[in-house]
Amino acid sequence: MSPALTPGTLLVDADDLAATYPGATVPAVASATFVVRAGERVSVLGPNGGGKSTLFRVLTGELPLSSGALALPAGRVALVPQTERSRLDFPVSALDVALMGAVSRMPWWRRPSRADRALAREALGRVGLADRAQRTFGDLSGGQRQRVLVARALVQDAPLLLLDEPFSGLDVPSAERLRALLDDLAAEGRGLLMATHDIEQARSWDRVLCLNRVQIAFGPPAATLTEEVVERTYGGEIVTLPGGARVGILPAHHHDHPDGGHGA
Amino acid sequence: MIAWLTDPLAHGIVVRGILELTLLGVVSGALGCWIVLSGMSYSAESLAHGMLPGLVGAALLGVPVLVGGAVGLVIAAVSIVLVARVPQLDSDVAVSVVVTALLGLGVLMGLSPRTPAGLGEILFGDVLGVSDLDVGLAAGLGVAIVVVLVVLHPTLMAIGFDRAGARALGRSPGPFDVVLAVLLAAATLVAVQALGNLLVVAMLVGPAATARLLCDRMATMMLTATLVAFAGSLAGLYLSFHASVAAGAAVTVSILALYGLALTWRAARGLRARRTAAVPV
Repeated sequence: MSPALTPGTLLVDADDLAATYPGATVPAVASATFVVRAGERVSVLGPNGGGKSTLFRVLTGELPLSSGALALPAGRVALVPQTERSRLDFPVSALDVALMGAVSRMPWWRRPSRADRALAREALGRVGLADRAQRTFGDLSGGQRQRVLVARALVQDAPLLLLDEPFSGLDVPSAERLRALLDDLAAEGRGLLMATHDIEQARSWDRVLCLNRVQIAFGPPAATLTEEVVERTYGGEIVTLPGGARVGILPAHHHDHPDGGHGA
Repeated sequence: MIAWLTDPLAHGIVVRGILELTLLGVVSGALGCWIVLSGMSYSAESLAHGMLPGLVGAALLGVPVLVGGAVGLVIAAVSIVLVARVPQLDSDVAVSVVVTALLGLGVLMGLSPRTPAGLGEILFGDVLGVSDLDVGLAAGLGVAIVVVLVVLHPTLMAIGFDRAGARALGRSPGPFDVVLAVLLAAATLVAVQALGNLLVVAMLVGPAATARLLCDRMATMMLTATLVAFAGSLAGLYLSFHASVAAGAAVTVSILALYGLALTWRAARGLRARRTAAVPV
């Protein structure tokens, strides 16, 4: 379950990436130019509706680029969604959820093997939930659910993990535990890309990408998170696009989940 | 008491009715759980009602009901897609408008003096009048649906649990949504013969909704839904036989009674859990 990537291997290379939702005229994210390398922890900082989720949709292939270029040289990307948005009513155990990661390696007509089950158990052990394998997912605490979703990503064995607000709603001990786990995963060579709106969180990671519908800045947090950058990431109601066009920021959540529903 | 139980079984039509409903119960157990968990219950109801003009048309023209139903389903589906494209209407409104219009059209056609089979039979089905062909179709459908759902189980689980995450796992939800919709249409088409246009939804959705209240694993939920469908069917047929009431309606009412029992049990359990939790440690 180790990605066996040498630190520094390029995982994401985005060059002036932009993406627009069908029917929208203004891109939900634009001018994104950044890289993620193996072993790096990169936070994506921005307000609600700032384009963090949109960027993740582009990286998982759900939303096509409208311009620019994106390369994922190491291939597979795993998504660790917000537990607050995962389905608590779905009749599955923690082990069932972890095992879903194996789907990525199987053609659609195959079933998970015994080896996949062992891998799922091992992943749950890795996130400290070996004794909760048979518990119903919806009955677990927020922090435990988040770790089960990380276990699913470990079974998927993707070199790059996209984490959507993984710390939101967690109590302090759960957050500490998750932080240690994520640090371990980066140390063994995985790349982590985390959406967050917590500036302090972003300061403790290796790099930060500031997004407010356009990329404001990208680099090491100490040098990048200047007052001016933070102000432009979160501040005024008007953003100036490169080229001088001025666009209003849409209300929070406006473009957050255009596809929130389930099959009709 | 024994006679009360065995008398109905002396009648071939009752035995055939039990067989038909058992087969539909297996379909309902397996497919119904996915319908309930993917929020497709409204689609199920819409498809069933929207196919009415096709069923009545088949009766008027003297062609097999299966053909009429299939044509009716296609017309309903295409109309819904077309009306949903009107930018001012969202999809719920489009479905309501189309389904109500089609149901009305079907009733209008059904009330024409030329309709040979009674409108009642098309609307409420005729469990005790199913033919060997109907039972054979239900058996074939049952096998096909169970095979498809077993093969696709891991993928459907991953998509049902987390659509965006499934995409990252390399499974685009679109084609699998279509598969579920096609299975639903096929199940509706076959089940409508026995249960009728208005009651078929109770069989497809009711047992799974009941099982949802009782189970927290997919496999047990499917098994429970099948058992609920079987128990409801049996209870309904006995009720129909001894109280001389319409069989389809009796089955529907029995399934809903089981749903009510499950709901009560769950509420009682919740109350007990809260009382236990309130005890100071």
